[in-house]
Amino acid sequence: MRDVAIVGVGCTKFGEMWQKSFRDLFIEAGLMALEDAGVSGAQVEALYGGNMSSGIFVEQEHVGALIADYSGLISNHVPSTRVEAACASGGLALRSGIIAVASDYHDVVISAGIEKMTDVGAEKAMDALAAAADREWEAAVGATFPGLYAMMARAHMHEFGTTREQLAQVAVKNHNNGSMNPRAQFRNRITIESVINSPLVADPLRLFDCSPITDGAAAVVLVPAERAREFTDTPIYVKATTQASDTISLHDRRSLTSIDATAVAAERAFKTARLETADIDVAEVHDCFTIAEIMAIEDLGFFEKGAGGAATLEGLTAIGGKIPVNTSGGLKACGHPVGATGIKQAVEIVEQLRGEAGKRQVEGAEVGLTHNVGGTGGTVVVHILTR
Amino acid sequence: MSIGITTYGVYVPRYRIRVEEIARVWGDDPNNIKKGLRVFEKSVPDRDEDTATIAVEAARSALKRSDLTGADIGAIYVGSESHPYAVKPTATIVAEAIRATPELMAADFEFACKAGTAAIQTCLGLVAADYIKYGMAIGADTSQGAPADALEYTAAAGAAAYVVGKNRVIAEIEDTYSFTTDTFDFWRREGQQYPKHGGRFTGEPGYFKHVLAGARALLHKTHSKPEDFDFVVFHQPNGKFPRNVASTLGFSQRQIEQGLVVEKLGNAYSASSLIGLASVLDVAEPGNRIFVTSFGSGAGSDSFIFQVTEQIGKVQGRAPAVAELLADPVYLDYALYAKHKNKIVF
Repeated sequence: MRDVAIVGVGCTKFGEMWQKSFRDLFIEAGLMALEDAGVSGAQVEALYGGNMSSGIFVEQEHVGALIADYSGLISNHVPSTRVEAACASGGLALRSGIIAVASDYHDVVISAGIEKMTDVGAEKAMDALAAAADREWEAAVGATFPGLYAMMARAHMHEFGTTREQLAQVAVKNHNNGSMNPRAQFRNRITIESVINSPLVADPLRLFDCSPITDGAAAVVLVPAERAREFTDTPIYVKATTQASDTISLHDRRSLTSIDATAVAAERAFKTARLETADIDVAEVHDCFTIAEIMAIEDLGFFEKGAGGAATLEGLTAIGGKIPVNTSGGLKACGHPVGATGIKQAVEIVEQLRGEAGKRQVEGAEVGLTHNVGGTGGTVVVHILTR
Repeated sequence: MSIGITTYGVYVPRYRIRVEEIARVWGDDPNNIKKGLRVFEKSVPDRDEDTATIAVEAARSALKRSDLTGADIGAIYVGSESHPYAVKPTATIVAEAIRATPELMAADFEFACKAGTAAIQTCLGLVAADYIKYGMAIGADTSQGAPADALEYTAAAGAAAYVVGKNRVIAEIEDTYSFTTDTFDFWRREGQQYPKHGGRFTGEPGYFKHVLAGARALLHKTHSKPEDFDFVVFHQPNGKFPRNVASTLGFSQRQIEQGLVVEKLGNAYSASSLIGLASVLDVAEPGNRIFVTSFGSGAGSDSFIFQVTEQIGKVQGRAPAVAELLADPVYLDYALYAKHKNKIVF
């Protein structure tokens, strides 16, 4: 196995991109990544595209070929593969690209993520997203993702005394981070009061506890570590790529207050990287709902189980805190184009480790982690990246 | 000889339903709705009122203001997205009611909320070409909003009739400009009871794009600036959108206030900007200049510049003013509202 490096990143603006199509978005992100790496299309040997539900969102399947075609890479007949693992599609596309390079199969690979969600109405979008749950045992009987995560939040509050204010602080912090990220869908700062007073979605989760519907795309260029300096002076190295699965249904899990796949993927990642949680300087975690971030920072090992809410309210996960989490604004404020999120997380960490994160820069960041969840935790993908 | 509006008339049904009452039924927070939409209540037609009857009321009110009779009218165009018949014109019903038949051009228009202003442009062309002496353009709607849809808070009823001619002009039409694209923001297919819409897509790529582009183009075309006008009226689907475009374009609160009727009327669709304009004409003085931009989903905007003439005093006060029509309403609860809107009886 070879070591792998990221030598180029690109990410579109996230938001309701009415004027841009599915194709426009991945072309834009891909070109940005190629330009950043100084790579020409002719050098690209393989593409991996994370996408959850183009079939429902834009009525287009077979997007592997579409991406290769509209990216102008068809003259080389470059292999192009769509990767799907619900909201972890992006993270898994990154992992697929890394494995392709690490295994010596390819040298220059693009891993991308794309979702165009606003071409359909809210009802259809909700139904598309519900496909990440168990259709027969969850979605078909009325469970939605806000509903499922609300049950996790309720259980977490019951078991550990997590408070409404602690949940709200996740959104407050992430909006504050998003306000410093030019790509973020929401750049407004919010308060604990505004979260608590926002419309109820699924008790105890309110509107501002939930990540939005978003259009966006992101891409990274991967090469063997030994060739990284050919492309950039600031390569970022992949120290670990891990993936873990769990039951697709929430009700079949061991616990409602932990995502075991997160704990397993993290444990494997730290072991592979020969690092500890204390070594991580900055992390992008999967905050599809505020409770998800609290569970993530516990399951990843940054805080004791049950202590995530209090740690957040204390400011330990803010920029300047013990472990800055979701400096991009996270899914909550930066936006959550489901298939693109896992790649965007990597783009954010690469920029942090390069020292290019502007106002949201974590000083001296050398080691970063990404954590991407599919559904309620049926798939988890973790990456550890270093300078 | 200048061409312009020679008279105008408005009709608003007397019934209203408050935001609080609709929010009570659906479990929404009324303060959030009022803050978000800046609408407090909306008009509701009586059970026996439809677009044809309210268009007739507005047409009669317009004639009442002037010395014109139905026989003077050479064309009637009724713009609406709630014509009572899919096949069979509303315009002929209005024409018979005001005795404008049979030497008459007539048709129904549909362009979402801007069909009424499109009818004004058509009359302007016919009068300018000397095909007719007077043309009547009507915007009228008893608009539909599905139960529990966000539209239900604003979809209102109202009608406005404008006669365009060369004689006895009360407000000269200095210029007009339209901006049109094919944009799928709001629609209702044949046979469907309620319209569908693209949520927030109706905002930026719909309303704001077309209203701002149309207004800017007419300002540019006429070398005008916002401060050249005494009043400005925009299509008002809610209280927020017209205020936003006014401030984006550089118009002041003082310029928009008189023509902003949505808070107590709701969105009267094809009549929305035309009732706003009528509210301005109710108080306008000779020499005042008025800037108007309507918007219709689908999508397009019609912009106009009017200059009020010395004749304005001759029509003011001869028929109910918009402020009078909005005063003294009868409030309905949701059950009566559902009956009035044929949601529980057919």
